[in-house]
Amino acid sequence: MKKLAAQILGPTALVTTALTVYLGIWVTPQDVVQGNLARMLYIHPAAAWIALYVGFGTAIIASLMYLWPRTRSTAADHVAASAMEVTLVFTILTLITGSLWGRPAWGVWWVWDARLTSTAVLAVLVAGYLALRRAIDDPELRARRSAVLALVAAINVPVVHFAVVWWKTLHQGATILTPGSGILVHGIMAWTMLLSFIAFTLVYAWMVRERYRIAIRQQTRDDRELAHAVSARHSEGGAA
Amino acid sequence: MIRVARLVAVKDLRVEWRSRVILWQVLPFGVMTLLLMGFAEGPETTLSPSVAAGLFYVVVLFVSMLVIARSATIESSPGTANSISMLGLDPAGVFLGKATAVFLEVLLSALILLAGTTLLLHLPLALALHSLPSVVLVVMGLSLAGTLYGALTSGLTGSPTLLPLLVLPTMAPLLIAGERTISAIATHQTWSSWLGLLIVFDVGYTVAGILLYGVVEDS
Repeated sequence: MKKLAAQILGPTALVTTALTVYLGIWVTPQDVVQGNLARMLYIHPAAAWIALYVGFGTAIIASLMYLWPRTRSTAADHVAASAMEVTLVFTILTLITGSLWGRPAWGVWWVWDARLTSTAVLAVLVAGYLALRRAIDDPELRARRSAVLALVAAINVPVVHFAVVWWKTLHQGATILTPGSGILVHGIMAWTMLLSFIAFTLVYAWMVRERYRIAIRQQTRDDRELAHAVSARHSEGGAA
Repeated sequence: MIRVARLVAVKDLRVEWRSRVILWQVLPFGVMTLLLMGFAEGPETTLSPSVAAGLFYVVVLFVSMLVIARSATIESSPGTANSISMLGLDPAGVFLGKATAVFLEVLLSALILLAGTTLLLHLPLALALHSLPSVVLVVMGLSLAGTLYGALTSGLTGSPTLLPLLVLPTMAPLLIAGERTISAIATHQTWSSWLGLLIVFDVGYTVAGILLYGVVEDS
């Protein structure tokens, strides 16, 4: 069952993404105010959903699992690292699509808007996490310190989420995850938007899974090379 | 825990007092940066309190980076980590002690830099005095988060460059809240919500540091 789910993950992600593109470009209507620009609705919020919530959420849970003695495993560390790498991709995608949307809507590519700035800050934080991992050679030290960093960096996620509420700048307020406000997108546009969230989540899951598999292969290769070097040293010692 | 915190704080402050690095290196760097900010703005321009506050906090951030790096270096010097583990000191106490020492050092620097900002960047004195609670809370946040990040990067080959990469983005909410507090006071708007944000940040990092410093120290 688990193997079947893993096998169909990639194709399902591809199909839902293709369907989102089809519905987003050819089926959904133009917006009354924004025209074709509103089609960014099917990319930008879904990318932000992955960057802010799903990606960080995965990394936090995996990091907690690594730090908790009963659930500690190198697999948890690999999942956290893979999630953070993919999160960086989606955070950059969020910033790029936001900038593309902002140019015609606000007249500039970039403004010092609260949510834009805090998302950029988040991207640097994720880059910092990856830089920390690259700076440490010892696998256990790397896993432990990066798990702590992931948890500490997560304190910034609520700041990004509430940025539009606290600062009330150009970026529109939350429309989907704000209790009481209701959903402000309707009909086929709402369904396509929902599909984009599903498609991006599946793509994210597929990317994390593939990155995780590469990490496992790298670890196996490193272990093999280390064992080979140790046995070579032993045989040198025996010959002497 | 409090006893250990006091012990570690006194130890760090004593090391600092003997070396006087803050007095002769860090503070002159901060004052020089403030002067450069003035040069960059030009003689014809009068800075608004909001801009002056923002520049003040940027300089405090730079100064705190140096203090945090020094604090982490003390702990990573040969034998120190072994000595601490042999003594069996409570890691939460060590964290609080180190954060307290950094707090006092950065606060002293920040107060001098605030005076420098009123003098060099024309931040009104009354406004500077009114903003003292937010300055204290910002410095507290810098110290708490910085101590934790300092421990995370200590002993690593790339730590001098890694520390700013990790710390600077984390400090962004502090910087914004600190600047917005001074701007709100200047324009007679309510600023309690910004103080609330600073308190939440400080409490969050205190809890995170108490819980996680031991994990980092063990590694």
